[in-house]
Amino acid sequence: MNDIIRTENLTFRYTTEEGAAPTVLDGLDLSIEAGSFVAVLGHNGSGKSTLAKHFNAILLPSGGKVYVDGMDTVDESRLLDIRRQIGMVFQNPDNQIVASVVEEDVAFAPENLGVPSEEIRTLVDDALKTVGMDQFARHAPHLLSGGQKQRVAIAGVLAMRPRCIVLDEPTAMLDPVGRAEVLSTVKKLNRERGVTVVLITHHMDEAAQADRLIVMHDGKIVRDGSPKEVFRDVEGLRALGLEVPQPVALMYELRRSGVDAPLDTLDADECAAALSKLLS
Amino acid sequence: MDPIIETRQLTHVYSEGTPFRHVALEGVDFSAMPGEYIAVIGRTGSGKSTLIQHLNGLLKPTSGEVLFDGGDIWSSKERTHQVRFQVGLVFQYPEYQLFEETVYQDISFGPKNMGLDKEEIDRRVRQAARFVGLDDGVLDKSPFDLSGGQKRRVAIAGVIAMEPQVLILDEPTAGLDPSGAAQILENIRAYHQEKNACVILVSHSMEEVAREAERLVVIDHGHIPFSGPPADVFAHGPELEKMGLGVPAMTRVFARLRAMGVDVPASVYTVEQARDAVLSALAKRGGER
Repeated sequence: MNDIIRTENLTFRYTTEEGAAPTVLDGLDLSIEAGSFVAVLGHNGSGKSTLAKHFNAILLPSGGKVYVDGMDTVDESRLLDIRRQIGMVFQNPDNQIVASVVEEDVAFAPENLGVPSEEIRTLVDDALKTVGMDQFARHAPHLLSGGQKQRVAIAGVLAMRPRCIVLDEPTAMLDPVGRAEVLSTVKKLNRERGVTVVLITHHMDEAAQADRLIVMHDGKIVRDGSPKEVFRDVEGLRALGLEVPQPVALMYELRRSGVDAPLDTLDADECAAALSKLLS
Repeated sequence: MDPIIETRQLTHVYSEGTPFRHVALEGVDFSAMPGEYIAVIGRTGSGKSTLIQHLNGLLKPTSGEVLFDGGDIWSSKERTHQVRFQVGLVFQYPEYQLFEETVYQDISFGPKNMGLDKEEIDRRVRQAARFVGLDDGVLDKSPFDLSGGQKRRVAIAGVIAMEPQVLILDEPTAGLDPSGAAQILENIRAYHQEKNACVILVSHSMEEVAREAERLVVIDHGHIPFSGPPADVFAHGPELEKMGLGVPAMTRVFARLRAMGVDVPASVYTVEQARDAVLSALAKRGGER
């Protein structure tokens, strides 16, 4: 199997002045297959953002190893290669945009990497097209909507042609349209371009769209499977401070009332189909 | 009963007289009754932030009026000042606005500005902390040593400590995990019920507003196209989708079911209502056999 990211017994502690160091990541063994779409869930403070920051060497392990495409993240000589392979997108689009024109912002990373200018043109045009923002190439970023800004941030990452994108709650500050725009962009990148996607989110309906769902709790991976498998355990997830998509929650309520309802209806279509079967 | 807060033909124009002139609100009539729980929904840029900033006098109308308890909030400087204590506004990501050395000092900032005496301030700080589920041990800590969810609750307590008759919250659950979000909504409900305060919640989650609010106010392009109980507003599914808002997941499921020819009610918007509707449909079907 071709793993783009692999962690071995990854442990991370913040060092404090008093020396008392709480363990944030506690011996994680995780492999992320190239080309997959993985969602990571967990309550605030479960360690999921800390984990994500290990994927492109923003943080380095206190113990254990992180490999990106076989490269050890503590190997400084490979740092640039690692960061080219793994692009990061964060929560607040306003903190990620540096230039005053959209296309200049997208060109920022390849320019810094010393890519020849003709090639930059192609990279930028292609990246903006991929996220559906090519018609805004000459616009000022601050006049765009939140969802558009996040798509520009994604384009900026894409211009490096990474094999993997890690998104840390990219939709937390967006309205429903913005959220849908970002999610469909991410899915398209994964399906059509084969880019590996790691999506950290608090939205259960977004997590439900991934191929694989990882749940973190107290620095450990406590669930790992397809969304259908993971969301079946309604009570277990609630005990971890999480929820399930509402179509699953409805089926769970019906089961508690003695109805033999299936627990694998992740979206409105599946849920309506199952209910119509029950009621026919 | 008269509204506790009201706007009459409220219009707000940004950057008037420049090429960037933008009409954010146009002739908006909004009103909220004492003790009412309202949710305001609308896309980013629809004008909802502009509206709520008028309700406590942070923005001045270009034309039209804002009335608190029947009187214009701009009638005198003193009145505007007083209204700011009576209409509490919690901004988005309010935890970035904490600045004092201790949680106690941070929560007491508002009541202190109101010129209350020490004992009254103390009572309010402790009560506000209790409303948001912070125990006394936290009060002496630095706000910067708290978790993100706790910091947000400190920021909300700081507004609650002024005991406003109208409490406005702009996306109070954004970025929180489901249990953190549920806790904050519960805290807001507790304040609403115990103080009989009017709550105005701004949210992007249709599921959240469906569950919490008695009345929804939709804002689109600086106007209010719909306002009413959730069932009435969510009956405008296609129009809401066009405005980029959509309907709660359960409403969508039931619309699909109806399109398939299954006889279920259209006015379902929470999981509990959906469960009851399915159970009663099952019972009806059992009875027919």
